[in-house]
Amino acid sequence: MKFRTALASATILAASMVGAASAADLTVGFSQIGSESGWRAAETTLTKQQAEQRGIDLKFADAQQKQENQIKALRSFIAQGVDAILVAPVVATGWDEVLQEARDAEIPVILLDRTVDAPEDLYMTAVTSDLVHEGKVAGQWLADTVAGKPCNVVELQGTTGSSPAIDRKKGFEEALAGKDNLKIIRSQTGDFTRTKGKEVMESFLKAEDGGKNICALYAHNDDMAVGAIQAIKEAGLKPGTDILVVSIDAVPDIFQAMAAGEANATVELTPNMAGPAFDALEAFRKDGKLPPKWIQTESKLYTQADDPAKVYEEKKGLGY
Amino acid sequence: MQPDSSHVLSATGIDKIFPGARALNRVDFSLHRGEVHALLGENGAGKSTLVKCLTGAYARDGGRIVLDGADIDPQSTLEAQNLGIGTVYQEVNLLANLTVAENLFLGRQPRRFGLVSARKMNRRAKALLAEYDLDIDVTAGLAAYSVAVQQVVAIARAVDLSGKVLILDEPTASLDAHEVAMLFRIVRRLRERGLGIVFITHFLEQVYEISDRITVLRNGGLVGTRATADLPRRELIAMMLGRELVQEVAGGHGARGEAGDVRFRFRGFGRKGHIQPFDLDICAGEVVGIAGLLGSGRTETAEILFGAERADSGTAQADGRALDLSSPRAAIREKFGFCPEDRKVDGIVGDLSVRENIALALQARRGWARPISRGEQDQLADRYIKALDIRTSDREKPIRLLSGGNQQKAILARWLATNPDFLILDEPTRGIDVGAHAEIIRLIESLCEKGMSLIVISSELEELVAYSSRVIVLRDRAHVAELTGSAVTTDGIVEAIAASAGRVEA
Amino acid sequence: MTSALKAYAVRLLPQAAALAVILVMVSLAFPGFFRLEMQNGRLYGSLVDILNRGAPVALLAIGMTVVIATKGIDLSVGAVMAICGAVAAACITSGHGLATTLLITLATGILCGLWNGILVAVLDIQPIIATLVLMVAGRGIAQLVTEGAILTFNDPGLIFIGSGALLGLPMPVVIWLAFGIAVALLVRRTALGMLIEALGVNRRAATLSGVSTGVLLIAAYMLSGLCAAIAGIIAAADIRGADANNAGLWLELDAILAVVVGGTSLLGGRFSIAASLIGALIIQSINTGILLSGFPPEFNLIIKAAIIVMILIIQSPRAQSAFAFLSRPRAEDGKTEQEAK
Repeated sequence: MKFRTALASATILAASMVGAASAADLTVGFSQIGSESGWRAAETTLTKQQAEQRGIDLKFADAQQKQENQIKALRSFIAQGVDAILVAPVVATGWDEVLQEARDAEIPVILLDRTVDAPEDLYMTAVTSDLVHEGKVAGQWLADTVAGKPCNVVELQGTTGSSPAIDRKKGFEEALAGKDNLKIIRSQTGDFTRTKGKEVMESFLKAEDGGKNICALYAHNDDMAVGAIQAIKEAGLKPGTDILVVSIDAVPDIFQAMAAGEANATVELTPNMAGPAFDALEAFRKDGKLPPKWIQTESKLYTQADDPAKVYEEKKGLGY
Repeated sequence: MQPDSSHVLSATGIDKIFPGARALNRVDFSLHRGEVHALLGENGAGKSTLVKCLTGAYARDGGRIVLDGADIDPQSTLEAQNLGIGTVYQEVNLLANLTVAENLFLGRQPRRFGLVSARKMNRRAKALLAEYDLDIDVTAGLAAYSVAVQQVVAIARAVDLSGKVLILDEPTASLDAHEVAMLFRIVRRLRERGLGIVFITHFLEQVYEISDRITVLRNGGLVGTRATADLPRRELIAMMLGRELVQEVAGGHGARGEAGDVRFRFRGFGRKGHIQPFDLDICAGEVVGIAGLLGSGRTETAEILFGAERADSGTAQADGRALDLSSPRAAIREKFGFCPEDRKVDGIVGDLSVRENIALALQARRGWARPISRGEQDQLADRYIKALDIRTSDREKPIRLLSGGNQQKAILARWLATNPDFLILDEPTRGIDVGAHAEIIRLIESLCEKGMSLIVISSELEELVAYSSRVIVLRDRAHVAELTGSAVTTDGIVEAIAASAGRVEA
Repeated sequence: MTSALKAYAVRLLPQAAALAVILVMVSLAFPGFFRLEMQNGRLYGSLVDILNRGAPVALLAIGMTVVIATKGIDLSVGAVMAICGAVAAACITSGHGLATTLLITLATGILCGLWNGILVAVLDIQPIIATLVLMVAGRGIAQLVTEGAILTFNDPGLIFIGSGALLGLPMPVVIWLAFGIAVALLVRRTALGMLIEALGVNRRAATLSGVSTGVLLIAAYMLSGLCAAIAGIIAAADIRGADANNAGLWLELDAILAVVVGGTSLLGGRFSIAASLIGALIIQSINTGILLSGFPPEFNLIIKAAIIVMILIIQSPRAQSAFAFLSRPRAEDGKTEQEAK
């Protein structure tokens, strides 16, 4: 039923779009949450870059963490008659009305990075990463790397109860399932911060025979890993060699550590959500091909073999 | 004393003892049906303590309370209210955010099917207030009405709840003349209905306008109960300020004070809204007394002399040199000292030891970087504990645990330690026991003999007469008279205070 | 003199006992807890971790103790830590020398304290409201400085403050111990301590006795700002970066808790910096103990709360008077009575 309405709405949209204009001079509105983290800033930078490369006229609105600002921005985009709207929703609920308005105006809406609790036919697609998959990629890398040798793993969790912490833990455990050589011996929260990552790692090292008992560290984000790497060094061990370090996010600082041989791998939570969104939009305008309801971004694995120094240089200008 | 049947309420031998002070000493008080009985006295005389014992807010330490011929012992104001004693305070103790009707019936709202019936409540509220000629919207918030209307609502609630005795604690303090007249109409009507009404106020003309009898308290003791019609205003003031103890003492130091050279000279010294500009000269070794009723500007005079409030007019000189009295700190540098009236709020630093309290002003004057060593502090404290006979188990005891008199002596020691030239004492003997009282008076006299200049504010007239060479009389925040030499008598002071036209605040 | 020392020991006894009990409890859960060894010229072990990780809260507690003694409270210290960490990182990465960076950062902290002090002492705003302003705004200011990202640096001098060692002790430990002793001596060897206590118990009486209460109040908040600045530098140096979002987050509450566990009343007056420092160590011992114990993280806060509630119950006036009754030696009783007589 849902699928059918979605299809119907898409047909209406398709008809209007094809008749409208060529792909070249698109105008797209982008309502961003704000700039609360380095990742968010990088997402903004990359979206602007992507739009420029494709010759898209991007109208940018910063909502400063407020949904009411986002709704205002969406209404003004609708009033301006943009060709499409990108929105990174600050909360999940309360979007039905304004999305309906966009639909009535026949403007396709693409969600970035987060999803909403609204009927699927009200938006064209959502571009997000898969948190569980990220954890799985990290776990798979570790399993492949140790290749059957016994390995004790310590885990630095994200903020207790947050969805990235839950999902990244779950994915990692799924990858390790059935591999008896890999064992998570300690798991504590590091609150996603460097300070806590360092403090908790210090206690892991003390508790596990000065670290001699630890073979690998899995951190739910790079910041905690960066803090933990310092703790490992201060304990007289070599991170990356004595203790393998794998984490998630792929922020620039972890590439520096990888270049120095102190971190082994990171799984990218790409800030380039706009690229796949624009791809889908352009494909749709060209031949009316409707994208799937969920476009999963690639959870790319980076290791020391991927020239981390170069990736660092590429990434550091993005505003992380 | 056997309860009289005409008495709705009679209290006999009421005692109330606070740690370190006796607040009520065997006080008798009786209230007839259908009378307005004024309860008078200076601050600290024991009026509010007596009322609180009658209404159960305080547990009394002795005595008997008889209501309608039966002994009562209320443990709370609520119990007293249910027995028939209602109280209305100056600060209306109702809830401003509720409606008039809700305030009237709070805690006893008429119910229907277990739910509050607003309609029934509003109807009854309207009817209740009609008895007081008050026709207002009872569904409006109480805050929408003036203090006078709120006062009437409070009275209506209290009478409706209690119905035998109504205690009005300074009900007219914030009302204008018109509102006072309205309130008095209601009070008279309640009197006709047979209620016994206790009326506490500072306005003497209102006492004469409305009351049938007057009871005067002083220092926690009963001075007397008299019919209003038989008590001239002068005699009333004398009762309040303690004339019956007076032996006609002429100013003890008058002659010598006049002969000395003026050391401190104030000209046109004053502050708007506090005290009108005044002139004052004080010699070395002289005690100048300041008398006046409460609110006449006594404490305000002390505060601007000490810089606690900055003077906005006039000059101050010592031996011809201009003085900086812009703050207490500046005044202390000029060798001034000040024992404030409210010892607990302005004087003692309760959690600190007796030693630290004594050393405080001297240390503050020396500055933080030059600490008084522990040894010196110990010596200082021991010296004054001995000299002033401060009774404490040891100098490290927190001062709040001492009795009022010993606290007062410790504050005096704090100032004596700074070796001041000019010392202001605001009610130095209030609320302290008789023994300490006499010691402080002796201390004042000996300080004076050593050449210190003192200003002493007191509502104990016989005391003032005993040690002052001159007495300045204050009224309505102005210095109105100065008595010198043989004119310094309690009669003279009472005369000067009473010699006012119109409204006298008592 | 000995009696003063004895009084000091009696004052610190409950806190010291609580700390000892917690350390023993942790060592039962984790046997290697008391092991210390020299490694790369510095002491290494869980006890050192407690001293080291406790540094920010210990430093904040020094300033907080003095502020609370004035009957105030300083909610802004966590945010001031973030500001100062950001300022230090910004200075050092923009090429200033270490000395200049430290000077500018400490001055920033003192300035934040001055702002709080003026709101409290001059404008007479309630301390909890006055310092709430900077608590809310401060993190935003820090984010402006770092532009929302973690501002990393590689200056060896600044990093040394976070993870270097002096005489075998980590630098943060050396710093908070030295600063704590310095402030304790400053307030107790001069008359400041007594004047602050007088101000806290009864500001009006202190003013009327000639104490410069306004200046003292402002100075107390400035000291608190300075402590927050030092804590901010240490926190940033520790992770070689200024994290405006997370540096010092909620640490104001830990600092207040340290002071309360240290037995200083929130109503002002009597205070003990040493007791607050022990309080800070108690809190950190609990944190470290939980991490070592290996419980799932969902239990962290519950365990911490339960232990603190127990300490506060033991310290409550009712429990104290019960202990005093049980432990009072009979002989001394007789003596005091004789003296009183």
